[in-house]
Amino acid sequence: MKAAVLVFPGSNRERDIAYALELTSGVKPALVWHADSELPAGTDLVVLPGGFSYGDYLRCGAIAARATIMDAVRRHAARGGLVLGVCNGFQILCEAGLLPGVLMRNAQLKFIARNVHLKVERSDTPFTRRYNAGAVIEVPVAHGEGNFIADAETLRRIEDEGRVLFRYCDASGAVTPAANINGATNAIAGIVSENRRVLGMMPHPENHVDPAIGSTDGRGLFESLAEALQTA
Amino acid sequence: MKARVTVTLKTGVLDPQGKAIEGALKSLGIDGIGSVRQGKVFDLEIGDMDKVAAEAAVKAACEKLLANTVVENYRIELV
Repeated sequence: MKAAVLVFPGSNRERDIAYALELTSGVKPALVWHADSELPAGTDLVVLPGGFSYGDYLRCGAIAARATIMDAVRRHAARGGLVLGVCNGFQILCEAGLLPGVLMRNAQLKFIARNVHLKVERSDTPFTRRYNAGAVIEVPVAHGEGNFIADAETLRRIEDEGRVLFRYCDASGAVTPAANINGATNAIAGIVSENRRVLGMMPHPENHVDPAIGSTDGRGLFESLAEALQTA
Repeated sequence: MKARVTVTLKTGVLDPQGKAIEGALKSLGIDGIGSVRQGKVFDLEIGDMDKVAAEAAVKAACEKLLANTVVENYRIELV
């Protein structure tokens, strides 16, 4: 695995992502500054971390989506390269047009920072191959704008093509209105691109990778990536 | 020349911030306001160019950055 973690002014989860990647793959990722125009040669995974890039000015992720490095990320994605965007990273991917939809203000207007349950919808992707489809994992969220919205036609396409990888659910795996913390359409917590190589998700799997924290439910995602890139 | 761009949420898109403002107005005892939708206003100073070119430049600015056309509409006024 040769991963690059992007750093924008206001990113703050890049070290958490780097820790999770190194823990699961044994390889330290490169941290890449937003003003760079190229990814390191041979990069096979780009990660956009959480945080508050550009202070969430204009719209969350809007300014970062137009940063110089994003042209290189678009080329990487067009080649079929793997891209993971977590939290603010998901917002940036939507603003950049690499994923459909928008993350709007949480329906309850509150910033939500707590553990949530997610249902893993499918296991046949490079991001989820170490999980079983239908598995329930517990990982933290920390966001004020995670309410996923798309127009009806886009939504139908995403659902028909099976591009929802994670949904908010309760501990038993039931997708209920009460478990849908931010009011996201169809309780969507994470979606992939048409070719299933670009994933955006609001929750933070990188924070549940070390037993010292009390949960390793997020580890499977990084192990999936390590495995996918090893056998690629 | 100057341009004013007004960005508003499309009809049907939930606007929790507008709802919160609506509630605050009610609690202030200001009657007669049915509902509130929050938007954004951008005032742009346009460089030396004719009206047609200016309109095209501002439209490009709206499409590429100022508005997210998935959920927002924009209106341009040149003054």
